[in-house]
Amino acid sequence: MPPDRSSIIEDMLVRKSPDIRYSEVTPKSAYLNRRRFLSTLPLAGAALLSSRAYGAVKLSAVKGPYSTTEKPTPFIDVTTYNNFYEFGTGKEDPSKNAGKLKTSPWSITVEGGATKKQVFDLDAIMKMAPLEERIYRHRCVEAWSIVVPWIGFPLNVLIKAAEPNPKAKFVAFESLYDTKQMPAARWAGIPFPYIEALRMDEAMNPLALLCFGMYGQVLPNQDGAPVRLVVPWKYGFKSIKSIVKIKFVDREPPTTWNLANAHEYGFYSNVNPTVDHPRWSQASERRLGEFLKRKTLMFNGYGDQVASLYTGMDLRKNY
Amino acid sequence: MTWKRLRWIKIPVFLLCLVPVALLIWKGFQQDLGANPIEFITHATGDWTIRFLCITLAVTPLRRLLGLPDLIRFRRMLGLFAFFYGCLHFMTYLWLDKFFDLSEIVKDVWKRPFITAGFLGFVAMIPLAITSTTGWIRRLGGRRWNLLHRLIYVSACAGVIHYYWLVKSDVRLPLLYASIVGVLLAYRVIAAQIKPARVRPARDLTPAS
Repeated sequence: MPPDRSSIIEDMLVRKSPDIRYSEVTPKSAYLNRRRFLSTLPLAGAALLSSRAYGAVKLSAVKGPYSTTEKPTPFIDVTTYNNFYEFGTGKEDPSKNAGKLKTSPWSITVEGGATKKQVFDLDAIMKMAPLEERIYRHRCVEAWSIVVPWIGFPLNVLIKAAEPNPKAKFVAFESLYDTKQMPAARWAGIPFPYIEALRMDEAMNPLALLCFGMYGQVLPNQDGAPVRLVVPWKYGFKSIKSIVKIKFVDREPPTTWNLANAHEYGFYSNVNPTVDHPRWSQASERRLGEFLKRKTLMFNGYGDQVASLYTGMDLRKNY
Repeated sequence: MTWKRLRWIKIPVFLLCLVPVALLIWKGFQQDLGANPIEFITHATGDWTIRFLCITLAVTPLRRLLGLPDLIRFRRMLGLFAFFYGCLHFMTYLWLDKFFDLSEIVKDVWKRPFITAGFLGFVAMIPLAITSTTGWIRRLGGRRWNLLHRLIYVSACAGVIHYYWLVKSDVRLPLLYASIVGVLLAYRVIAAQIKPARVRPARDLTPAS
């Protein structure tokens, strides 16, 4: 007998999830934020939205190192306030437009100075190492920040698998660019495909995460599905989303925001409260969900892990 | 229809002008201002400042183009609403963004061109709001008052520049407001050119030496 409409909605809302371990991360109320949904949306809309939010594929992971004890930002905020210019430049555009993104099948092509120049299937990549949950601070160059329980494993796992040759000093990443799936991209005002890069020693640092999920589930499209980078000591735009290509090179490669405006967005873009963005101060930040601003920490609070990467460098010049 | 009979229209127009701020308060109570409510409030009040500046600047051209000279009776109110939303916008910055940290604010205004432009646009509206009363028009005299109130051109231009310098890469909306303000100012330039031409036909007819 086909289930009736109300039971479908009920099933969407109270979907059973045997492998969920999300409760270990944050109280349910913090990310459900039902008040905001239910007060503003008619029932059908709420069911639709919640099916997108909670009906997603669960992803279990073991607790990884480097996690902060700070409270994760509500899920609803992390999924409705995004910078993903391929899907529009408004903060809420990606959550509205990224639903069209086809994330399966997916693969990453390795190019440049490496032995394993080949296409890696995403399913194979995800089996390269156990998935870890890491709760990181994430600081946007626009002076707002979030705390996110990411799921992934160190980027250096994939890099080692690609076997880069010793001449490779940098690793560049490229996002998917498909005008059919991303019609809003033409108005973004920045060149696509989106490209980002790290120095090899930065990429090998165990903090740099190759990320497939967050909040106990696979990445929502607007947050960079199905695979993204998380580089928590750098401004958010370095943490490139929806990666389709990785290239090993011997010289500092061009990067998107640096191409768009070199004066405002440097190659390194380490979180640094002492070096202002030309248009605003970087000394403090607004944590989403908080009223008062908080002080921004050097390297976003990850100095113990990464400060040694930049010894002797003038961070004012190499902003 | 005479103005006396149309006078009551001012009340609904006044209430209509309050809708944006009412919506903002309503959304605030509903916790519907998104993930970054302070940014939402800043943007909404800024948007309505530039919109009301454009609406105010549109009064003069519309009077002539629509043949509705009585539209002038709404101009003061519309201009004061531009100032009202400008105040809200500035207060949001002052209070919710900077928490009245005066040294931070001075540094911002001094160092950051987009804030300098916005601040200039706001400050230029202050004398206009003060001298918006009939008493001040009488005290200054129509000619001087008119001259002073050309400061709204500065406000509108500064507002557009403020917006243009704020956005990171997608300049569509700032350009839209720039073209609206451009058209409204161009109208005045053209109208001023046409009028004197009409009163001085004789000189125009003299052959060039």
